[in-house]
Amino acid sequence: MTDTLLSVRDLAVSYGGRRVVSDVSFDLHRGRSLALIGESGSGKSTIAKAVLRLLPRDSGHAEGRVLLEGDDVLALPLARFRPLRGRRLGFVPQDPASALNPVRTIGSQAHEAAALTGERDAARRRAAILEVFERVGLADPERVYRSYPHQLSGGMLQRVLIGLAVLPAPALLVADEPTSALDVTIQKRILDLLTELRTSLGIGLLLITHDLALAAERADELVVLRDGVIQEAGPVAEVFASPRSEYAAALRADVPALSPDRYRAVLAERRIDPARPAVQVSDVVKTFRVGGEELRAVDDVSFEVAAGSTHALVGESGSGKTTTVRLLLGLETPDAGDLRVAGEPVHGRSRTDLRTVRRHLQLVYQNPFTSLDPSWHVESLVREPLDRYRVGDRRARRAAARAALVAVGLREHLWRRRAAALSGGQRQRVAIARALVLEPDVLVLDEPTSALDVTVQAEILDVLARLQVERGLTYLFVSHDLALVRQIADTVTVLRHGRVVEHGPATEVLENPQHPYTRSLVAAVPDPRGIRPAVPVTA
Amino acid sequence: MTAVLSPLLAGADATARRRRGIPVAVVVSFLVIVVAAAWALAPALFTGYDPIVGDTSEKLLAPSAVHWFGTDNLGRDVLARVIFGTRSSVLSALIAVGIAVVVGGLLGLVAGFFGGLVDVVTARVVDVLLAIPSFLLAVVVVSSLGFQTINAAIATGVSAVAVFARVMRSEALKVRGTVYVEAAELQGGSRAHVLLTHVLPNASRSVLSLAVLQFGVSILVIAGLAFLGYGDPPPASDWGLLVSAGKDYLVSSPWLVYAPSAVIVAVVLSINRVSRWLRAKD
Repeated sequence: MTDTLLSVRDLAVSYGGRRVVSDVSFDLHRGRSLALIGESGSGKSTIAKAVLRLLPRDSGHAEGRVLLEGDDVLALPLARFRPLRGRRLGFVPQDPASALNPVRTIGSQAHEAAALTGERDAARRRAAILEVFERVGLADPERVYRSYPHQLSGGMLQRVLIGLAVLPAPALLVADEPTSALDVTIQKRILDLLTELRTSLGIGLLLITHDLALAAERADELVVLRDGVIQEAGPVAEVFASPRSEYAAALRADVPALSPDRYRAVLAERRIDPARPAVQVSDVVKTFRVGGEELRAVDDVSFEVAAGSTHALVGESGSGKTTTVRLLLGLETPDAGDLRVAGEPVHGRSRTDLRTVRRHLQLVYQNPFTSLDPSWHVESLVREPLDRYRVGDRRARRAAARAALVAVGLREHLWRRRAAALSGGQRQRVAIARALVLEPDVLVLDEPTSALDVTVQAEILDVLARLQVERGLTYLFVSHDLALVRQIADTVTVLRHGRVVEHGPATEVLENPQHPYTRSLVAAVPDPRGIRPAVPVTA
Repeated sequence: MTAVLSPLLAGADATARRRRGIPVAVVVSFLVIVVAAAWALAPALFTGYDPIVGDTSEKLLAPSAVHWFGTDNLGRDVLARVIFGTRSSVLSALIAVGIAVVVGGLLGLVAGFFGGLVDVVTARVVDVLLAIPSFLLAVVVVSSLGFQTINAAIATGVSAVAVFARVMRSEALKVRGTVYVEAAELQGGSRAHVLLTHVLPNASRSVLSLAVLQFGVSILVIAGLAFLGYGDPPPASDWGLLVSAGKDYLVSSPWLVYAPSAVIVAVVLSINRVSRWLRAKD
């Protein structure tokens, strides 16, 4: 039984006279799922907002028709539309942590959702809430009910939100990047939950994501968007297996999981010297005191990185990978153990010595939106390290900064801009140029692409691979994305709760994981190669 | 995704707002400020009357086409006195704001950036300053320094130091915790360098719009001090002094009070409006 649940016809959305979405049409059938895919700025979230009528009232304007079970959502007066939101239209937000009121318990907020069912009896509402919490896989519904949002993990909060969204038994669930703020293993479980609810409750799922692999694995149909225009649409098997549009093909090629050997040929030209480790971390321990309790953030971690190679530190949040990096950079002091960069110890020396070590060891931060001073120009941002270390005269420094900008592929018209006027990918290039300008030996890359789209991620990785070959750089690559690690890393250390659970050459660890934790990480990578065959739609 | 999108959207939003133009009230406020500034710079260009020597045969005339603001008890043109009083009133407000911004800003910056003992000590000093009513503090300072407009300005500035220190401290704290400040330290910047080139420019934005607001407040406070006789003695014509001198004739010749008061109100409101607009634009 498949009938049309949501039908979008010739949808066009403009913000203050600027058209961001045009001529978008698609159909979503009951109990099926459709994924809107595209980069940032492709209009996919805007379409979701138009469907939910959440566009900013003063500047956003939508035209066309959005039919939800035959009712035109856009044409309905607000008073008649409002009852639909929540009851027939459920919404799962991107960041669960900011979607709940931090000063109220989960239970008191859940009653708001439960009230949408029309149930007036508080005890029965409570029973319904606890039931739905159990249904979405929350182990202890009573405790969750009494908790405040900060007492639950991101994955649990997302379960709560999904539970609240499905509680009034909506016909359509709109999920806007429901897992991008979560760890990979949690991501898998949340997606499993959504799939399960969709089939068992017959809910239609409109999934918005930038991750093609994830969409291909989870959706029945794909709509590929670019600059607010549909590039390609159709069943997953068709669009994904044999994309007709150039853009969809390019998107597909940029998915790390689908081209694990993308950089093998390029990287084969490197000269790796295993006898000369660029980074040595031995038996490092770091304990933090949190509320009177001791937390071993890094527990006896050791690894070595051969000069000119890429080593990946893999783990989920709280695994100690960031702390390890901060120890290496001298931003934290270890309780025990030794960290060396090019044979020089990082700790137990004067500030000047640390400065010298850091010259050979630069960091690229995870989020390029926060790591660049918003009041500085691109060129001065990149020149700053040279100025601080007083390398050469003014003219030489300017030349070096410009050379670094050219090396990361930033063109001249961008050099006088401030960081705020750049896109995420351009910002990350600036951050890489800034790290490179001192000509360090080791570059620490702390999830350098996790805030970026797949296409931009691929561009950044292209730059990183090229620079490694050209300059013989050593990379310490921190990531939770195993597909990415598989593409560029030579060796891997898998961390969990501050301990090393597995260690070895990347291909070995990832193809044949020994530890159950590594296996769960590998399994969490969306694998669209085994996509289901398209189920024919019968009217 | 949205995390990536939102900064871009926010930027786009701001440009859209800028394109929509400047509100009329802000344009009018700008004009008022420009006129006040012109009065301060070249008072003689705006009036033919002498602010000090009057024609006693024309005393206490009501406002007319000849004397827009009327004349006072010595036959002096009130508009001329207001115009010639602008320089001293505006300049003293500038001095007051300058003291407050520089001293308060530095205290707050150092306290917020270095934290620890420095912060604790500064915070207590600021607490003490905040505990004293600012007008009372100004009166005390003027009493000990001498009855002059310049001293009133200094007093007003000192009494506003605490507010600026507070704001700057919280901004500096916020900026100190940002990733780009840590990045600057990793790139070999010394603490003083990071403080001056990264923390100061980013932390001072809200302090600057507060400074514009404080300028209006300072004009008021200095006028208040002048009204109480804590400024330059007559025949100076500070705005507050004009109001004070006019109050003796409030019943028979109310324009002596209302005209300079209206100028004070217009200038202060204009400055507030512009300050609010600047802050909204950030």
